[in-house]
Amino acid sequence: MRKLKRSTREAIEGYLFILPWLIGLVVFTVGPIVATLFISCTEWQLFGAPKWVGLANYVRMFNDPLFYQSLKVTLYYTLLSLPLGLAVGLALALLLFQNVKGQSIFRTIFYVPSVVPAVASATIWIWIYNPEFGIFNYILSKFGITGPEWLYSTEWIIPAIAIMGIWGAGSTMVIYLAGLQNIPRMYWEAATVDGASKWQQFWKITLPLLSPTTFFLFVTGLIGSLQTFTAGYIMGGGGGPLNASLFYCLYMYQQGWKWFNMGYASALSWVLSVIIFVLTLFVVKASRSRVQYDLM
Amino acid sequence: MRALRKVPQYAILILLSIVFLMPFLWMLSTSLKGGTDDIFSYPPEFIPKSFHWENYSKVLSMYPWGQFLKNTCLITFISMGATLLSSSMVAFAFARLRFPGREKLFWLVLATMMVPYYTTLIPQYILFTKLGWVNTLKPLIVPNFFGSAFYIFMLRQFFMGIPPELDDSARIDGASTWRVFWTIYLPLAKPAIITVCILQFMSAWSDFIGPLIYLHSEKNYTLTLALNTFRGIHYTDWHYLMAGTMMVSLPSLVLFFFAQNYIIGGISISGMK
Repeated sequence: MRKLKRSTREAIEGYLFILPWLIGLVVFTVGPIVATLFISCTEWQLFGAPKWVGLANYVRMFNDPLFYQSLKVTLYYTLLSLPLGLAVGLALALLLFQNVKGQSIFRTIFYVPSVVPAVASATIWIWIYNPEFGIFNYILSKFGITGPEWLYSTEWIIPAIAIMGIWGAGSTMVIYLAGLQNIPRMYWEAATVDGASKWQQFWKITLPLLSPTTFFLFVTGLIGSLQTFTAGYIMGGGGGPLNASLFYCLYMYQQGWKWFNMGYASALSWVLSVIIFVLTLFVVKASRSRVQYDLM
Repeated sequence: MRALRKVPQYAILILLSIVFLMPFLWMLSTSLKGGTDDIFSYPPEFIPKSFHWENYSKVLSMYPWGQFLKNTCLITFISMGATLLSSSMVAFAFARLRFPGREKLFWLVLATMMVPYYTTLIPQYILFTKLGWVNTLKPLIVPNFFGSAFYIFMLRQFFMGIPPELDDSARIDGASTWRVFWTIYLPLAKPAIITVCILQFMSAWSDFIGPLIYLHSEKNYTLTLALNTFRGIHYTDWHYLMAGTMMVSLPSLVLFFFAQNYIIGGISISGMK
């Protein structure tokens, strides 16, 4: 038997080691991406053969009021929850970064809600938001505010879900803390020597140097909140009241798994992917001049 | 004097801590209340009139939670082992073995991290339907044998930090590539491996959409899916619902308290991509 060259052998071994991922890539990622494009051009109830309908599903989408409603709900929620989550996460990180005693205890307290399973936290918050017997409106009443009907109100259900999201701001905080730890202390020390106030330091040093972290959190947060599902499914009892919490992915789920319109659901999933891709690209482009990696 | 300057900061931190803990306390308090009179009282009472610990055993007897726990554990632990083995093999190859196209393929690993979950969901569902795997635990377990992009990325970073001289000396002694991976790299990557295990535990344990789509008959339910159905049945029995919610969340909470440094370490890495 001829002995293989060392580099050839290493290459073969390399491919063997990545083989699981390569198979997974074809079967679970690339294959499905191509397949949805095909399925989105068919009418298919999962049983029998798919019927080719061309672009009919996409045309249908543009005449579907629920498509627009779900898009509106999702974008509204993203606009509310994304900046709110970033701001609260950053505020918590800054509070903890200033040499406080018991830092790890506070960090634990702020982070622990993030490990609660989404179904469990949704269940807890349904009870918290109970208009009559929940604590949220009780606490508001202590400040003389009559709380709204929250999850029963078309106007308040999305803000309610966004407020619940703040409870999970701990993971944003942790990433911001890691970002803060990467900033060389000398920047702040030099600024203090030069007589810059804390406020100026925040705007001129901390925030610009955190911009790569903010950028990362913004992009992942955007992708995540455009795919919100569980909150609408559970807290709105399936998108209610009056479709006020019909998130895009929830509508796609209903089309696919309630009515088994696999073709239409696939078309919806393609449009979502395109929206996510375009928005991400836009953010990457727009931030190129704003993300700063160093002060120099 | 300097300590005094920090007072407002501590006041804010303590106030915020109370706010963040409030939902847990409210859950615990409700779960111990006696019944509808106790729950639906106004103003709400934080400390129950009497402590009804039996709510927990009652909830346990209302629904086959043992079966749900078994299903959840099966999915969680097999998927943990599977993703760990596959992801670390792939990560090792990207970190240490030279093969044509390595950089391009690794770029592809990173790119797949950006593919939205819902993009691939429908064809995957159709695939598992055709395989006859719907309403079994397989769709939730088997994909984990093919590695996960984020874990591959994380483990590769870790493997690259291991001095390559270590494998050179092992290779001179005649060790195979698999042996180098198995006896040198894996044991040295223990912190990264623990992080992967915990993150995978958290995501498998909490998963909802996966079980919702794939598991139809009650005997296959996971805990999260069962909790949601349980809420549909006992929708006004908040003492039972909160006791159930508490029990479903508890394993994640306990794991977090024992392993929080690994979790926070892992989360922080995700921000440094």
